[in-house]
Amino acid sequence: MNGYNKLQRMILVILMMVSVSVSAAGGSKLMHMDVDLSNQTSLQRGAKTFVNYCLSCHSAAFMRYNRMGKDLGISDDVLKANFMFGTDKAGDTMTIAMRQSDSNKFFGVTPPDLSVVARSRGADWLYSYFKTFYVDESRPFGVNNLTFKDVGMPHVLWQLQGMQRLTKSDHDDAIHHIPTFEDLELISPGTQSEKEYDRTIRDLVNFMVYLGEPIKLKRTKIGVWVMVYLFILLIITYLLKKEYWRDVH
Amino acid sequence: MANIEKQVVEGLTGLRDWVDARFPLVKSWNEHLAKYYAPKNFNFWYFFGSLALLVLVIQILTGIWLTMNYKPSAEGAFASVEYIMRDVEWGWFIRYMHSTGASAFFVVIFLHMFRTLLYGSYKKPRELLWLSGMALYLVIMGEAFFGYLLPWGQMSYWGAKVIISLFGALPIIGPDLAEWIRGDFVVSDVTLNRFFALHVIAFPLLILGLVGFHILALHEVGSNNPDGVEIKKNKNAEGIPLDGIPFHPYYTVKDIFGVVVFLIFFFAVVFFTPEMGGYFLEHANFTPADPFTTPAHIAPVWYFTPFYAILRAVPDKLGGVIAMGLAVNIFLLLPWLDRSPVKSIRYRGMNYRIALTAFVISFVSLGWLGMQGVTPLYTWMARFFSVVYFSFFLLMPFYTAFDNDKAVPDRVTDK
Repeated sequence: MNGYNKLQRMILVILMMVSVSVSAAGGSKLMHMDVDLSNQTSLQRGAKTFVNYCLSCHSAAFMRYNRMGKDLGISDDVLKANFMFGTDKAGDTMTIAMRQSDSNKFFGVTPPDLSVVARSRGADWLYSYFKTFYVDESRPFGVNNLTFKDVGMPHVLWQLQGMQRLTKSDHDDAIHHIPTFEDLELISPGTQSEKEYDRTIRDLVNFMVYLGEPIKLKRTKIGVWVMVYLFILLIITYLLKKEYWRDVH
Repeated sequence: MANIEKQVVEGLTGLRDWVDARFPLVKSWNEHLAKYYAPKNFNFWYFFGSLALLVLVIQILTGIWLTMNYKPSAEGAFASVEYIMRDVEWGWFIRYMHSTGASAFFVVIFLHMFRTLLYGSYKKPRELLWLSGMALYLVIMGEAFFGYLLPWGQMSYWGAKVIISLFGALPIIGPDLAEWIRGDFVVSDVTLNRFFALHVIAFPLLILGLVGFHILALHEVGSNNPDGVEIKKNKNAEGIPLDGIPFHPYYTVKDIFGVVVFLIFFFAVVFFTPEMGGYFLEHANFTPADPFTTPAHIAPVWYFTPFYAILRAVPDKLGGVIAMGLAVNIFLLLPWLDRSPVKSIRYRGMNYRIALTAFVISFVSLGWLGMQGVTPLYTWMARFFSVVYFSFFLLMPFYTAFDNDKAVPDRVTDK
C-alpha cells in the first residue's frame, strides 16, 4: 500500500486545485464527526442499529438487503436471521409494513425514507441530531431536539442513551439564549455509557452515509486506477505531441 | 504476404474511390482536417473549443444511457435516479459523468468565451461565428435548466418554479406565458414530462445543428490567434498561409494531449468528489420534490449565479428580469460595440485591459454573491458589480475608440 502514497498526494493536490471550500449552512451549531467507511465492523454495527431502531417507521426503499450484505460482508443467512424480519427475500428493498396514513396519525407527519438522508442532511447533522434529544414535556412524546426543533420523532434510542435535559432554556436569561449541545445534561443514564453511545451513533451515521451512496465504498478505489491510467496516457500523449511538433518552426 | 498486403491496400483504395465518386469524403477530410490551416501560435486558451465538443459527446452518450433507466414522471423520477445509482451496473458512473459534465460544459464554455474577449475573436470577419457561439451558449443554458428539473429533487422543483415565475413577471403575456411553459398551474408531472422531451430531443438537436454551423463558419473564415493577425494575408506560392499548419495532425495530437489533461480534472471530480461540495450536486436535491415545503434557501446551480445576482440586485421584479435577460444577451452586440482596430489584448491599450479585468472581477463576484443569502451589504455589492458588468459593454464604443493601441505585427510572433 505504500506505493500509493505519492499518487494519493498527487491526486490530493489536483483535488485541492479543483475543489472549492465548503461552508455548510448552520454548520457552526453542529457537532463534527469523521466518517470512516473503511471500518467494516463499524458499518455492520451501524446496520444492526439501523434495522433494529429505524427500520420500523422509516423505510430505506432504494436499498436492497443483499446489496448491503454483499458490501458489508454479511452472508445471506446472517442477513435473514439478524437483519431481516418477516418474510422478506434477500433481494428485497428495505421497505416497511407501516401504512403512511397510520404513521401520519401517530406522528403528525409521515417519517421520511432514509435512503439518501445522509446526502441531504450531511453526516454532522445526523450525528448532532442523534445526540441532542432532551426532555420537553410540552411535546407529544415528551422530547424535543436541539438540531431539529419540534421534531415529530420520539427519542427512539433513549434506552441506550438515557435522558438528557436542558440546563439553560431560552426563557432563563434576560438575554435571549440559544441553547447549544453544551447546555445538555444527562439526567437518567441508559444501558450504554456516554462513550458507548457515542460509538453507537458514529457507527449508525457511518452506515447511513454508506446507505446514501453504496458505491462510495469502491468509487475512490476505482478512481485511483483511473488516475494512474490517465497520468500514463498524459506522458504518452505529451511525447506524441512533442514528436509531431518538432518540425513546426 | 506482400501480395496480400498489396491486395488489401488496393481494395481499400478502391472502396475510398467508390465512396468518393458518390460523397465528398476526401474533400471533406482535407477541407476540415488535413488541409485546414490553423495558426501555429495557438496557446492554452485554444484548447476549450475541442474540449466543449468532447463534453458534448460525453453528455450525449451518458444521456442516452441514463434515458434507458430514467422515468420522466413525478411519481417515478426521483426513485429511478436512485435506481440508476444503485441497481444499474455502472449507473452511478454514468450519472456522475452526466452531472459533472453539465458543470464542466459551463467551465469550458466560459473559458472559451473569455478567450474570445482576450483576443478579439468576435471581430470582423468572425461576427457570425460569434453569434452562432452565443446561440449555442443560450441553448445550452436552456438545456441545463430543463435537465436540472429531471432528478425531481427539492432544488429541481423550486429552482424551476422560481425561474419559470420570472417569465410570469413580463407585462401582459407574463402569466399566460408561465402557464404555457409549465403546461399546468404549478410545476407538476406535466412540466417534468415536457422538460424531459425538450432536454433529450429538442435542445440536443438544436445544439448539434448549431455546432455544425459554428464549425462551418469557423472553417470558412479561419481561426483567430493570440496575436490577432490574419494568417491568410501572408500566403506562399501554393496559397498556403505562411503562419498556418495543417489542423491534422498538428492540432489533433495537441488537442488529444489537452483532452487527457481535461479528463484528469473531470474524472478527479467524478470519482473523488462528485457533489463538488454541493456545487455540482446540491445537497437539498437529495430530498424528493415536495410542492408543500419550500426550502430555506433556494439558489441556482453555480453557472447561473452571476445572472441571478443581477436579477436580485434590481429592486423591481420586472426590472430585474429585464436586467438579467440583458446581462445574458448583451454579449451578442460585442462585434459592433468594439471600436478598436486591434484584436488581441497583446496590442491593445490600457483602457481595454482595465475594462476586461474589471469585468472578470465583477463576473466572478456576482457569481459568488448569487450563492449567498440576501443582506443589505451583499445587495449593494451586487448593484455595484452589475453596474461594472454593464459598463464593460455599454462604454466599450468610447474606451476602445480612444485607446492607446500598439502596432500589430504582420506575422504571428510565437513559434
